[in-house]
Amino acid sequence: MHARKESDSTPVKKERTTVERSSERELVVTRTFNAPVRLVFEAWTRPELLKRWWAPKSMPVTLLSCEADVRVGGRYRFVFGHGTSETMAFFGRYLEVTPNERLVWTNEEDAGGGSITTVTFAEKDGKTRLVLHDLYPSKEALDEGIGFGEGLRETFEQLEELLVTLGARP
Amino acid sequence: MVQCYPARFDASFAALADVTRRGVLEQLGRADASITELAGKFRMTLTGMKKHVGVLEQAGLVTTEKVGRVRTCKLGRRRLEDEAAWIERYHRLWNARFEALDEVVEELKRKEKTDARKKRK
Repeated sequence: MHARKESDSTPVKKERTTVERSSERELVVTRTFNAPVRLVFEAWTRPELLKRWWAPKSMPVTLLSCEADVRVGGRYRFVFGHGTSETMAFFGRYLEVTPNERLVWTNEEDAGGGSITTVTFAEKDGKTRLVLHDLYPSKEALDEGIGFGEGLRETFEQLEELLVTLGARP
Repeated sequence: MVQCYPARFDASFAALADVTRRGVLEQLGRADASITELAGKFRMTLTGMKKHVGVLEQAGLVTTEKVGRVRTCKLGRRRLEDEAAWIERYHRLWNARFEALDEVVEELKRKEKTDARKKRK
C-alpha cells in the first residue's frame, strides 16, 4: 500500500505523562499526542474508541461495558470487572462538550465527594497537548479519596527511610 | 513543582520532630502496645501519652483501636505506603491509558490518510 509509506517511517517517540497536584483540591495530568486534535478528540468521544484504551491490557480489570452519550447533559457509565464476580461502575454526566477543545464531566460514583474532570485539547504543529484536571469539592476529599500528587513521592521515600532507621518493621 | 503539600504530610514531619514520638514509633515497630504500656515505658502521664499518640495518629503514622477500656496502638506505616503506592498507580494508569490511546490515534491517522488517497483517485 502506497499510502502508508510517507507517514509512518519515523518511529513514534514515547511521550511523557505527568501527574501533579496543582492546588489543594486539584490533580493535573498532562500528555502530548503525536496527532491532530480532531483525531485525539474523536478517541475521547466515540464510545467504541474509548473502550479500546480506557482499560488498557496492563490493567488488572476488564471493561465490561462502556456507554457514553457525549453531549451536554448526556450520561456515561463504565463498568469494570475484576476477577470473576466483582464489578465496579463509574458514572456521571457531561457538563461541557466543545468539539476539539474541551470536555467536562462529573464523577458521581462517590456520593458527595465526587470530582469534576476537565480535559482540554490544544493543537500545535500537528501535535495535541492534553491537560486533564480532576477538581475535588474540598481539600479533604482529595486527601482522603485519592492520596497525594506525584511530586511528593520522593519526600515520602525519605520519610519511609527514616521510619526504617527508626526500627519500624515492614 | 508542587507547592501545596497536603496537611497530613506536614503533620507527618511535625510528628517525627519530637523525640518521644520517635521513641513511640520505634517501640511500636517492635510490638503493638496500649497507651498505658507506652506511658509506663516513657515515664509519662496517660494524658501526656494520649497527646503524643494523637499527634502520630493525626499524621497517619499510628493507628489505634479501643477494645473495652484498652486502647491499643500500632504502626500506621501501611497507610503511608498505600498513599505513595496510590500515586504510583494513578500515574501508571494514565500512562498505560495514553499508550493505548496513542495506538488508537495512530490507527485513525492511518485511516484518514488512506481515505484521502482513495477519494483523490
